[in-house]
Amino acid sequence: MMSNGMALLAIFTLAVFVGFEVVSKVSSTLHTPLMSGANAIHGVILVGAIVVADHSSNNLELVLALVAIVLATINMVGGFVVTDRMLEMFKGKKK
Amino acid sequence: MNRNLYDLIGLAAAVCFILALKGLSHPKTARRGNIIGAIGATVATLLVFFFTGNKEDGNYHPLPLNHLPLILAAIGLGLIVGVPAARRVQMTAMPQLVALFNGVGGGAAALVAIVEYLKLGSDATTAEVIATVFTVIVGSVSFSGSCITFAKLQELMTTRPVVFPGGRLVIAANVLGVFAAAGWVINSGGNTSLAVLGGLSLLFGILFVLPVGGADVPIVISLLNAFTGLTVAASGYVLQTTLLIVAGTLVGASGTILTRLMAEAMGRSLFKTLFGAFTAKPQADTGAQEVRPVKSGSPEDVAILLNYARRVVIVPGFGLAVAQAQHTVREMADVLAAKGIDVAYGIHAVAGRMPGHMNVLLAEANVPYEQLVEMDEVNPTFAQTDVALVIGANDVVNPAAKNSPGCPIYGMPILEVADAANVIFLKRSMRPGFAGIENELLYDPKTTLLFGDAKETLTKVVSALKSL
Repeated sequence: MMSNGMALLAIFTLAVFVGFEVVSKVSSTLHTPLMSGANAIHGVILVGAIVVADHSSNNLELVLALVAIVLATINMVGGFVVTDRMLEMFKGKKK
Repeated sequence: MNRNLYDLIGLAAAVCFILALKGLSHPKTARRGNIIGAIGATVATLLVFFFTGNKEDGNYHPLPLNHLPLILAAIGLGLIVGVPAARRVQMTAMPQLVALFNGVGGGAAALVAIVEYLKLGSDATTAEVIATVFTVIVGSVSFSGSCITFAKLQELMTTRPVVFPGGRLVIAANVLGVFAAAGWVINSGGNTSLAVLGGLSLLFGILFVLPVGGADVPIVISLLNAFTGLTVAASGYVLQTTLLIVAGTLVGASGTILTRLMAEAMGRSLFKTLFGAFTAKPQADTGAQEVRPVKSGSPEDVAILLNYARRVVIVPGFGLAVAQAQHTVREMADVLAAKGIDVAYGIHAVAGRMPGHMNVLLAEANVPYEQLVEMDEVNPTFAQTDVALVIGANDVVNPAAKNSPGCPIYGMPILEVADAANVIFLKRSMRPGFAGIENELLYDPKTTLLFGDAKETLTKVVSALKSL
């Protein structure tokens, strides 16, 4: 049985390979949406921000965590919305 | 909800993110992929509000979460700021927005790590402390670096490289300071050491983006994107959350690949791009140059040239974005196509201010993506091209990159517009491009220059074309 830390390290390592595999197939036409889409994905740090806000034991921690929530929400929601707006525009030839 | 179910749904969200990136392999599936990613993120966020932990392992947490109203208010505030910004932004201003979103993500990750560290105190394991240190450094660099990038792109400050005497020494001292502070946090710990580490890292983010010029911004945006991804992955380690590790790593991979592609497209190493401004010799002043004859034409001349062409390749650059001329270009391309002329767009990977910038602008103007052709594919076709129309681009078509060793862009792969039978440059003035290098092609006998604002002149070309 792996220790928790080792299991997380294993997940990280496998994710590196999955990430490179998937992203290297992205069409170069879509590099901007790739960036903003990837941006939106790391906005999921919102989950972490909510968890630490819940855990916070004093006002300093709470304030920092709340700021993190605001920033992460902007990142995540804004990222997905703007990516969708861009991708909507990519259209092929009308038949 | 117990831990297993929580982890299982978290895993499903991670799969959603992988599918989101997979969707981007083709424009047809891209939008659906992004929506899947958004669903994954939403589910993962909602999940936190219902997770109570396991009664058995002592982590049981009665619902609702502590500070629930404040948490919801903070999310609400984020929505109020983020959604309108994302909805209203002009496509030409996309690089700024992406930089900003990237920066706030990095900042959020750094804050999360800081709060977790404050809470753990001396209970933190060495691995957790190291992950925290990494998150604080990289997250802070990403935050302040993205803010400077934003300021440059928004033209709140100069887009030229900002260099000051002894800049390299200051940066070196700054880097040493960051390492020292990191050692301090790891060895003795404490809130002061963490604050110092954060401060020095923020400073480094600023110092490292300042000397980068506007044309090199695509590479910096990509790099900062990778940084934020890794920050999120590291904070996932601190928080023991698989989802954050997977999401952060995916972003790290995407940023790394884009950074490498951009560096290749510039024919320069990453290091040279980032620190080149400190080592570059000042260019010979352009003031003393001789005045050489150029052939400039009227919109009508250009229309005639285009009218009798069989194949036209349009090469857009940052000038197209500045002039907001993408719709006019598309209109012109439509008129040409209606006359039976073959039209394609030759896209250089670093044209514009972020990877893929030109593609987004042209897509906004409803140019079908089949017409957007990458450099490697379009270059062999220039020999059969009657007219290459260069709009607001310069360095990416400058033959100096091939012919004059020693010039700053030497080695950069370029679009070989010189192979076309005729070359038309739409320019605002004779001012050289961003890199400040004279473009020999402008003096070539087969080159016609059309001076003026790209949008205005193209409108005139379109009406001249229609009357032919």
